[in-house]
Amino acid sequence: MNRQWVVRSQSDRFSVRASTRLLATGTGLSLLLLASALFSLSVGSYPTQPGDLLHLVLGTIDDPGLGLIFHEIRLPRVLMGILVGASLGVAGLVLQGMVGNPLASPDVIGISHGAAAAAVLALWLTGSAGNTPWMVPAAMAGALLVAVALVALVWRVGIRPARLVLIGIGLAAGLSALTTLLLVLSPDATAMTAYVWLTGSLYATRWNEVWQLAPITIGAVAVILLNARHLDLHSLGADMAQGLGSRITRMRLLFLLAAVTLTGSAVAYAGALGFVGLIAPHLARQLVRAGHAGMVWLSGLTGALLLVWADVIGRTLFLPRDMPAGIFIAGLGAPFLLYLLYRLKKRTG
Amino acid sequence: MLNNRSLRISGVLAGLLLLATALVASLRFGFQPVSLADVVNSFIAYDGGTLEHLIIRSERTVRTIIALCVGSALAVAGTLMQTLTRNALASPGLLGINAGALFLVVIGITLFSLNTPLQLIWLAFAGAALAATLVYFLGRETSGTLSPMRTILAGVAITTLFVSVSQGLLIFHQERLETLMFWIAGSVSGRDLDTVSAILPMIGAALLLSLLLARQLNLLGLDDDVMQGLGLQVARVRILSGLLVVVLAGASVAISGLIGFVGLIVPHIARALFGTDHRWLLPASALIGAILLLVADTLARLMIPPREIPIGVITALLGTPLFLRLATRGSTST
Repeated sequence: MNRQWVVRSQSDRFSVRASTRLLATGTGLSLLLLASALFSLSVGSYPTQPGDLLHLVLGTIDDPGLGLIFHEIRLPRVLMGILVGASLGVAGLVLQGMVGNPLASPDVIGISHGAAAAAVLALWLTGSAGNTPWMVPAAMAGALLVAVALVALVWRVGIRPARLVLIGIGLAAGLSALTTLLLVLSPDATAMTAYVWLTGSLYATRWNEVWQLAPITIGAVAVILLNARHLDLHSLGADMAQGLGSRITRMRLLFLLAAVTLTGSAVAYAGALGFVGLIAPHLARQLVRAGHAGMVWLSGLTGALLLVWADVIGRTLFLPRDMPAGIFIAGLGAPFLLYLLYRLKKRTG
Repeated sequence: MLNNRSLRISGVLAGLLLLATALVASLRFGFQPVSLADVVNSFIAYDGGTLEHLIIRSERTVRTIIALCVGSALAVAGTLMQTLTRNALASPGLLGINAGALFLVVIGITLFSLNTPLQLIWLAFAGAALAATLVYFLGRETSGTLSPMRTILAGVAITTLFVSVSQGLLIFHQERLETLMFWIAGSVSGRDLDTVSAILPMIGAALLLSLLLARQLNLLGLDDDVMQGLGLQVARVRILSGLLVVVLAGASVAISGLIGFVGLIVPHIARALFGTDHRWLLPASALIGAILLLVADTLARLMIPPREIPIGVITALLGTPLFLRLATRGSTST
């Protein structure tokens, strides 16, 4: 039975409708994510027993080395995976909903590329071979700059979704050329670091990074959730949405900004994990079809799951090497994207 | 635009003159400049003991030939694609054809340790064909026509896919950064004469065949019914030119990696100068493409000596503004 549940605030400013199926799927995915996170915590290059984690939590084992591995190395990494995955998943959902095209995602419209180019620029300017504190603000600024450029370029012709994607594609191409140029200009060590980071990796995540990213992700997702019903309206088409009282341009700007924030921050901390934003919303849609508020929840969870698993595979399958998670995301995304494109074709023609 | 025949002929002559200049510049300039006399002497009175002669014969000649052929090939492929899809933004780079070719080439190199040019080029053809088929089926609407927006999106999605997997494979295979850059950002240097002599005849043949198709291509702009009424076997022309695109783009990628935007920019320049008659447009595209890539390659060598900028970076930086102009101008519908 698929009952509908409605929660509505007194002023009618805010309301959420959820079906039993949505609630069940969401809960299921949350539990799955929790289990995956625990699994991810208990595997890695340092051999640990599955029970170690439990002992550690209960305090029945006193091994500072083990504690260090769980608490300082694996836990922040897993949390970062969840945050970044959720950010990209939600950003992808918002862009797809806004553009009305299932293939739109942060990397298609160039936002990831802007973040990446700016971060590499920061690496180059500081001449550093590793992460520098400048990378994060630089990447956010880069993402924002691309968004501003996008809007400025689109403004003259009207913020029409298709145009946005087209211009984004152009910007993306130019920006990746710029990134490559910067890589070539950098010394080899910097270039290789940057390259691996560009592929997308959660390697060497620290707690302070998690604490920096968490409020950004949560804030942006909250803004999107509060306005999710406008996304529902927009998917009916611009005229219809306007007729129903949605301020199209303003809402589009708001959503664009939120998506930019999510993408920029995620890219800054974990590199350009291209396919998460593309795949996660689709996977979520395969499970349940619901309004955007529900889909935000599910896409976030799916994105987080994707990244947590890509990271687990990356750091356990090829021991002792730590492969960038982005490679597996791409490997996973490949067959899926083809399937998706095929399905899309079948549905429309 | 050059409106009459004599103007066009003088346009072509001017182009040839420019091409000759670009050729000489490409041979002369680089980290080690070579005088014109030495360039000429290295061909007519080769002396293996002279450094200048050695540079010209071993390195610059080969890369100049590659730039010449790849430039023409990509430009003609772009022109063919824009005619075929009736989409001003179509090009082998943007629609994922180059990326498809790269994908299979990289798989061949990393997973099967293939390295002879003849093995790689067939992989490149297969990859280009795969990508072209994918884009065609994904970009098609119910009515059977290609939707410009869907085609581009499918192309970009396929490009993202193929390029990131290729990158991953190269990193996984622990290739040096140089190799990585060679394929992903394109380069016309570092190839030996064997590779060139294996691949270039195919490009030459495909270029010639495209010229022979020029008349039929002129009719592709008409309605399907009209074309059929005129006795044009539409499907055959389309398939043939599709195959030519695959060969031209595949061969280019097999020899020089991903060089984007040549196939996008050049057809627009050629059309602005020579109009839409393919009997003029195709040779003009080939000519302009060759000039563009020769100049880009010479610049790539001169900007940060002793190192080089990947040529694909230069073409992309040149091409992006034009792309944005086309995209905001709005001739591409939706």
